[in-house]
Amino acid sequence: MTLKETPSQTAGPYVHIGCTPNVTGITSVYRADPGATMKTGPVKGREITVTGAVHDGMGQVLRDAMVEIWQADGDGLFRSAQETRGDADPNFTGWGRSAGDMDTGEFRFETVMPGAVPTADGRMQAPHITFWIVARGINTGLQTRMYFPDEAAANDADPLLARIEHRARVATLIARRDGAEAYRFDIYLQGPDETVFLDI
Amino acid sequence: MADTPRLAGYIARDAGQHPAALHPAYKTSVKRSPQAALLSFPSGPGEETGPVFGHDMLGPLDHDLIHNFAADGRSAIGPRIVVQGRVIDQSGRPVPGALLEVWQANAGGRYRHKKEGYLAPLDPDFGGCGRVITDAEGRYEFRTVQPGPYPWPNGVNDWRPAHIHFSVFGAGFAQRLITQMYFEGDPLIWRCPIVGAIADPEAVRRLIAPLDMDRSLPMDARAYSFDIVLRGRRQTLFENRMEGL
Ligand SMILES: [Fe+3]
Repeated sequence: MTLKETPSQTAGPYVHIGCTPNVTGITSVYRADPGATMKTGPVKGREITVTGAVHDGMGQVLRDAMVEIWQADGDGLFRSAQETRGDADPNFTGWGRSAGDMDTGEFRFETVMPGAVPTADGRMQAPHITFWIVARGINTGLQTRMYFPDEAAANDADPLLARIEHRARVATLIARRDGAEAYRFDIYLQGPDETVFLDI
Repeated sequence: MADTPRLAGYIARDAGQHPAALHPAYKTSVKRSPQAALLSFPSGPGEETGPVFGHDMLGPLDHDLIHNFAADGRSAIGPRIVVQGRVIDQSGRPVPGALLEVWQANAGGRYRHKKEGYLAPLDPDFGGCGRVITDAEGRYEFRTVQPGPYPWPNGVNDWRPAHIHFSVFGAGFAQRLITQMYFEGDPLIWRCPIVGAIADPEAVRRLIAPLDMDRSLPMDARAYSFDIVLRGRRQTLFENRMEGL
């Protein structure tokens, strides 16, 4: 028998108390906020920076969101007990969490360029980073993906991007270059540029 | 050769068991809810893997909100409780190694946060965060004080039922979940616009922890039980069946 999943509820305005307490000034409980550092030593591959913000339907930036990313290492392997394809880079966690800047709402991740990862049935996907966004007013965490603007051929062949019916919306999943080894990814919850969110 | 069960992709989320993204009675959802349909795609390695959290990340008081912020020899003010349960998946299998991060208001309903405006006092000995990792059977337990209900700016007189926020990491990133646990018997549950975003009352009931006197600690703490069900994976048989079957 298949049980029913526990329902989601909004993370609310105080998610940072539980998930990044040091950012909120609760500094005596955990040594460090989980996900604050993705690199624990010299990493394989290209080191990159990813920044951005989450925008509501009135064009305002969310300052209470929490953004998490999950991605493969430079060789396309995940640092996970569930990874069956090989051993991932021991100096790269693959997981990052950002409370966003308390004033500007900007998130920032110091990470590496992910290697390509196949689908479950073996088709190659373009390099990408999984994003998960929670905030007050978001009742179930939103999952999406960031792809890279300098991987046009791989993006054209990506099976998930190919599934987007309204082709103009593909662009909502592609970051823009923001300097050397830096990318910017803005997430729009609503409006003409509404980001494609995933049920995956 | 026996049939070998193989785990396939994650079972799609049942939207009817979750809150609607847009629930106008919860006003903030109006401009923060995506309007296009979600794009469905089968899970793959990126969703079936997830970050690893070792027990070595935990401090000795991480699971004890009564003491993890309190000055030496002091403890948080309020009704002392134990919250415990199991994390399982939709097939009923335990999820060991799941990281649960919890946060809550103090016994007066006040959060330790600079954006918090409720006039109830801060408790100098209560921070409001804690975390645990499930054991081999998927069990977890933490102790805290029962949070108070609190008013919030939505309608002119909306009060949140007493609740504890939970953030959960299972084995795969597709299982990522944030939810809230409510307390049996709280009359505010059924008046809350955030709870009301879940249309199915049976689904709401699965967020309400019953009082569990059998697990209470006499002269110390009452216990509440809260089991969490994460997304499960489909099982397929991929090896050839043996002759004769
Ligand atoms: Fe709350």
